[in-house]
Amino acid sequence: MAVRSTFPAGLALDAHKQQACGAPIIELPQPPRVALALDQGSGYSAEPVVAVGATVAIGTLVARANHPYASALHSPLAGTVAAIETRDAATEGGRSVCIVIESDGSGRIDHRVRQAEGAASLSPDELIQWLRDAGIAGLGGAGFPTATKLAAGRARGTQTLVLNGAECEPWICSDDALMRSAADEVVLGAILLRRAAGAERCVIAIEDDKPAAIAAVTHAIERQRNAAQGDHDQRDDELTLAVVPAVYPQGAERQLITTVAGIEIRSGSLPADAGVICQNVATAAAVARWATRGEPILSRVVTVTGSGVEHPCNVRAPIGTPLSALIAAAGGYRGTPLRLIAGGSMTGRALPSDEVGVTKAMNCVLVATREDIGSRLGAVEMPCIRCGDCANVCPVGLLPQQLHRAAVADAHDSLRELGVRDCIDCGLCDYVCPSQIPLADRFRDARRRLNEADAMAARAADARQRHETRTHRLLEAAAAEQQAFESVRNRVRQSGDDPAGGTG
Amino acid sequence: MNPAALIVALLVAVALAVALGVALGWAASRIEPDSDSLVERIDALLPQTQCGQCLYPGCRPYAAAIASGEADIDRCPPGGDATVRALAALLDRAPRPVDPAFGAPKPAQVAWIDEEKCIGCARCLPACPVDAIIGASRHMHTVIAAQCTGCELCLPPCPVDCIELRPATATSLRYRQSRAA
Repeated sequence: MAVRSTFPAGLALDAHKQQACGAPIIELPQPPRVALALDQGSGYSAEPVVAVGATVAIGTLVARANHPYASALHSPLAGTVAAIETRDAATEGGRSVCIVIESDGSGRIDHRVRQAEGAASLSPDELIQWLRDAGIAGLGGAGFPTATKLAAGRARGTQTLVLNGAECEPWICSDDALMRSAADEVVLGAILLRRAAGAERCVIAIEDDKPAAIAAVTHAIERQRNAAQGDHDQRDDELTLAVVPAVYPQGAERQLITTVAGIEIRSGSLPADAGVICQNVATAAAVARWATRGEPILSRVVTVTGSGVEHPCNVRAPIGTPLSALIAAAGGYRGTPLRLIAGGSMTGRALPSDEVGVTKAMNCVLVATREDIGSRLGAVEMPCIRCGDCANVCPVGLLPQQLHRAAVADAHDSLRELGVRDCIDCGLCDYVCPSQIPLADRFRDARRRLNEADAMAARAADARQRHETRTHRLLEAAAAEQQAFESVRNRVRQSGDDPAGGTG
Repeated sequence: MNPAALIVALLVAVALAVALGVALGWAASRIEPDSDSLVERIDALLPQTQCGQCLYPGCRPYAAAIASGEADIDRCPPGGDATVRALAALLDRAPRPVDPAFGAPKPAQVAWIDEEKCIGCARCLPACPVDAIIGASRHMHTVIAAQCTGCELCLPPCPVDCIELRPATATSLRYRQSRAA
């Protein structure tokens, strides 16, 4: 089923995907050591449950999620915990506390890793708990814990589960490779996720520039239907495929929901509020791996690409593998790489070194040379000429020109009114700006300052409330004391009037 | 031109002016100016540290003093220049730096009690303007970092100097977010 995009604007970009897409996924061998960042991309850290020197096996829980936005971490190696320290990581700010595990080469598997028996018969709540324990998080790039999203969806009543296989960003093709090689896993994961979310239907959305993935998923859906023929409980007729136009940013959550479900998510509300939950196809495949092998997230598919590597490819790498191992698998460096980027060329984040470990949120490593990103490197920012190109491409319908003026002036009220919080960081305004203004960066920074100001205001309101309560309490205590004093004095006076009471 | 018409017009204008003047004068004397809402609006711009560096016993009394013209707008070091600017914009006055006589602006800070040294005298508890210290007599105390305003009022009563101020980190803000989630 082909559908038209219905979100405003967007832009068809050069895909740069053919470089890495052709070859099958390379299974990376287990590295001698891994560095597991406690923050796997969601911005919230898990809490270590192992000490330095502890022995771990493959699949042993090493950090638990003590916050709904953090995800549990499991060891992808058998060996010992060598260190728990702050080091370079592929997270915001470039540093995170990491659990470093050295392999002992034994390949022992934790006894808790075994096939989840009867995953199909678990209740939705049990399923959500299992997914939380397995550390399953959004593999599409946000690293947001799947269980938390599903629980929010169940609490609000979900009609539609959208499985995001759009993969709209240039250079990235890890989801494409996964769908072509493991479409059955995606379909099985989709069925489990749909049950866990309590959704009535599930739509797998794939961009129309991936015919091989579309064919593979179509066949997998048919196979699933045929296999479940007769067994009514297992048959899933509510699983469909939607072919969406290849327009950037089609794969952004809200834009994809608008295209597939035909609804616009209101500013400030969650897709779950509108009865829609969006999950990545790679997350669905991870759910299937858990259901069939009992495996928590131990590895993920990463695209290693860019003009700076010899043979761009997709690899399945254990979480925490240093990027240098991935780049070696892609034939090593070529030419003069200028930047190492986690993610694609539009929303990716520059990495501090190639020693950082793979995270759950890392779908691509772009080794960029001057050829790939040269036009923006060293670009001199010129004044805004008010051409309006930015407003013409904004997929959210914002006015980047006005936002930019407000961001430079740090005018919080205007920023709020113009909807800086609805900016999805797609970077298109930046991309088309003839004056080379780093608009997306400015907006990200403005959002951070706005959030800080709001947090300060919330603290101030709380402090005012507490101070008022305290003042009130002190006044009441003083009044009560005064009253007690008065009553004693009255008693003394009365007894003073009494002739037997003494001299008075 | 009819001179009578001119005089009538003049008289009408004068009568209107007198009538409106009397009405306005009556209104000014009878209807209270909305000073409470001005105090509220000034109070909303103050940082609510409740530190008393302005020499008023809290942010609201200072707001009332600004509203009545008793105090100037440059007495709030915790708010710093940003607060003075906001106040100047609200009251339509010229912004100026914070008067150093009332203290120097410094980054956000949070009190921290060295629990090894704390003797549990409980003297810091009543000093805290926002009830952010918990503890009991002869029990060690601790500061709820998310609620501490960094006012420094707990420092003077401490007999063993076990309280210090540390720079506020994102952790306390994070705590607030997780509570909201």
